[in-house]
Amino acid sequence: MANKLSLITKGFFKENPTFVLVLGMCPTLATTTSAMNGLEMGLATMFVLILSNIVISLIAPVVPDKVHIPVYIVVIATFVTLLELLMKAYTPDVYKTLGLFIPLIVVNCIILGRAEAFASKNGVLDSALDGIGIGLGFTMSLTVIGIVREILGSGAVFGWKFMPGDGALAFVMAPGAFLVLGYLLVLFNKIAKKN
Amino acid sequence: MEYFLIIISAIFVNNIVLAQFLGICPFMGVSSKLSTASGMSMAVCFVITLATVVTYLLNQYLLVPLNLTFLQTISFILVIAALVQMVEIVLKKFSPSLYQALGIFLPLITTNCAVLGVAINVVSKEFAFGGSAHMLNLAESTVYAFATSLGYGLAMVLFAGIREHLAGSNVPKPFKGLPIAFITVGIMAMAFLGFSGIV
Repeated sequence: MANKLSLITKGFFKENPTFVLVLGMCPTLATTTSAMNGLEMGLATMFVLILSNIVISLIAPVVPDKVHIPVYIVVIATFVTLLELLMKAYTPDVYKTLGLFIPLIVVNCIILGRAEAFASKNGVLDSALDGIGIGLGFTMSLTVIGIVREILGSGAVFGWKFMPGDGALAFVMAPGAFLVLGYLLVLFNKIAKKN
Repeated sequence: MEYFLIIISAIFVNNIVLAQFLGICPFMGVSSKLSTASGMSMAVCFVITLATVVTYLLNQYLLVPLNLTFLQTISFILVIAALVQMVEIVLKKFSPSLYQALGIFLPLITTNCAVLGVAINVVSKEFAFGGSAHMLNLAESTVYAFATSLGYGLAMVLFAGIREHLAGSNVPKPFKGLPIAFITVGIMAMAFLGFSGIV
């Protein structure tokens, strides 16, 4: 039981996809202009990650070694297309804000990375839990970056404004994304060293 | 004139790495040496331009007439994967040294979101370069894709130059490696922000 639980919790700290593995940087930087956007992007990625992990763990034994990467990419792309259609139908506003980065989940290295490193070698249940764990870790990291950028950039958290006027706009724009991520990595390194 | 504006806009104003956040993984991965960085940018340049032309035609003459545009993501990524495989075979044959230098990152161009990002962008977004917003035609798309990949190369080569100096400097321990790299890119992005408003 403890073993299964650790599959989920490892994504938070030990194998955090953003701050430890430093994977999937494009959506991390591009969609975290506010806490809400970061959270939504994280959840969208988690949806694809869990489903692709489940399917890949099921088909991995019968997929020939030579073509396994193209097969995995097709599986992932299928779920991304599914997600696109669902989001267009039920949450068109979110789909519009995240824009290009929804189809680009296909090329998020976290998903292919988990397929290669975990799902292809483990059972269905473990792979699903791994998807949940890494997905939650990714969602959490994106939300944290979003919160920091929203506070600095527009003086608000989740759209709730606690400071009058505009913040430092640069943090909502491109440079702020790189700077915030850089400094958060420093902070994470510092904390990790202490433990 | 419009082509000129497309080029300036794609290289400087909307730089693919520094303003659009595409292709960050290889940007961070192979930029520690100037030689690999320039090799990688050439490979990416070739793949982005070729992939955009092929996917544009695929979309225009197959997916749109058949009403299958929801298959864009899946068909584009397959086309790109096939193209990258081809580039790999050609490089292996004609330039083994470059093939060796690019190593693991060559097959990874498939999952370079810059390639898929540009391909999807040109068929789904309206662009305004000086004039009114409109969908790009084939010639404009090709120029846009080529210029975007030049922007990728520019950012990558500039950054590799900085990183070579960074390697020899005394950086505080928690900043070592990627953190300082991200902060450096942040400052570069700030510099590129100065170009906004030109086009």
